[in-house]
Amino acid sequence: MAISLEERGVPTVAVHTNVFARLAKATALAAGMPRARQAFLPQPVVGVSPGELRNYIHGNDKVSGRPFVQEVIEGLTRPLDEEDLKGATFERSTPRLLEPDTEENLHELFIRNRWTDMLPVVLPTQERVERMLKGTSHAADKIVGKLRPTAFREFWEFDVEKVAVNAVMAGARPEYFPVILAMAASGQTARSSSTNSFATISIVNGPIRNEIGMDSGIGVMGPYNHANATIGRAYGLLSQNLQGGSVPGESYMGTLGNWYAYTACLPEAEERSPWEPFHVQHGFKPTDSTVSIFFGGWYTHAGQGPRETWQSLLIRTLVATDHYLPPFLVMDPVAARDFEKLGFSKQALIDWCAQNAKLPARDYWDNQWIQTLMHPLAVAGVEPYASKLKATPEELVTLFQPEDINIIVAGGETQGFWKIFGGRYGGRGPGAPATTTGKAAPATLSVDAWR
Amino acid sequence: MSQRIVVHDPRGYPPKVTGKRLAPRLTSLDGKVVYLVDCQFDNSDAFMEQMRQWFAEHLPNVETRIIETRESWVDDPEMRAKVEADGDAAILGVGL
Repeated sequence: MAISLEERGVPTVAVHTNVFARLAKATALAAGMPRARQAFLPQPVVGVSPGELRNYIHGNDKVSGRPFVQEVIEGLTRPLDEEDLKGATFERSTPRLLEPDTEENLHELFIRNRWTDMLPVVLPTQERVERMLKGTSHAADKIVGKLRPTAFREFWEFDVEKVAVNAVMAGARPEYFPVILAMAASGQTARSSSTNSFATISIVNGPIRNEIGMDSGIGVMGPYNHANATIGRAYGLLSQNLQGGSVPGESYMGTLGNWYAYTACLPEAEERSPWEPFHVQHGFKPTDSTVSIFFGGWYTHAGQGPRETWQSLLIRTLVATDHYLPPFLVMDPVAARDFEKLGFSKQALIDWCAQNAKLPARDYWDNQWIQTLMHPLAVAGVEPYASKLKATPEELVTLFQPEDINIIVAGGETQGFWKIFGGRYGGRGPGAPATTTGKAAPATLSVDAWR
Repeated sequence: MSQRIVVHDPRGYPPKVTGKRLAPRLTSLDGKVVYLVDCQFDNSDAFMEQMRQWFAEHLPNVETRIIETRESWVDDPEMRAKVEADGDAAILGVGL
């Protein structure tokens, strides 16, 4: 926004906290305005009293060490010099092939350049990439899409061959490649730079699951199936490399990080589920093969049942979630069938969850991300947030809309277990990265389109 | 001696960067309208209020106006148009 204002003739200073200094400067450079005026406060601003904020203003800029207000005032009034007027026009390129070197040195180079997830990778030799490309009918130079780590960053573009390179690095086999291409084409990064430490969780549906040997049974979310593990890993690696990086302090700001970012991909146990498959719910035929992407991966809660007190357990669990990010349930077929015996269709169970997960309005609005992202919508009259804002502090308000909640069925039937993850179907939601079109990322993607 | 091999570069294709010029600076803020743009990050409203008070106490000849973006972290062309039409300068915060 600051750069847009400058372009339209409004002198502007953007104020950030010091931990974002490298990110803010890199963003200004990539926007062609490396000398955009910036001033830096101490971290944090969130949760700090007005008196402390005042002290920040009277203190020094945390990057330059000069008085903060001097940075701000001079940022608006100091005459521009030659460098300011030039801006920065430059072309960058990435080569197709790297300089020849030993395997040992190349592994070191990939780690040093942060092209890996810090676990060993398979080096993408020309022969291996050629083999991977045989997993699709599409030309190596066909453009697949664009990715970026967050809404304010630049998009990087990539073709089929570049996706193949990352699929090789993840250890994937050519038969998995159409699933990986569909993920790459989604426009949704698996390496969001958000301070919230997002990850993605991907669900594969349709015949492709069995064709490539994915396993929806025992240990479905663990390190036990080659396709499950390497497809999820490939999505992470391709996201970080094809979007131009995921480097802490520069293009990654997740304060805690996220273990789901290593790999998180599972097939639905369609044949053992009492309910219709997830992709069929979303308009695909049972014979279509798809991958669906959930953006989140913050919390994980778990339980068994339904047992005698299942209502209480489910309500307590849903209320304990961070309610900015809606719940996404993965239910073992044993638990799913038991809910069905109680008379629940999948939609009926979703509706029950939406109706019964409630908190006092005070608690609801005290959530940092609800306050940051939903409160402006409430003020603008957008429902259901506007009604929740009108509630008295003690009044119970629902946490989720039925359309926010999703259920899939997977697991080995060794017990009636379920897990609840924070995961927004379709990615975007307030604050999450937009796609190249500025719209929400498509949530369920055709794998068949990439065969 | 280990054999040397050739491998692919795993990175995507970055866009061309086109240089943009900064807006001409003001000779002074005296008598000018400075918009304090609250980007709606949690507590940025409190920060902008403190900025407004600082200007009122230390540079009373500067007129400050607090304005909010429509949503947090979402570009707001309407807000930008208002700042451009009615303001002489802007301070944005806190966040990108």
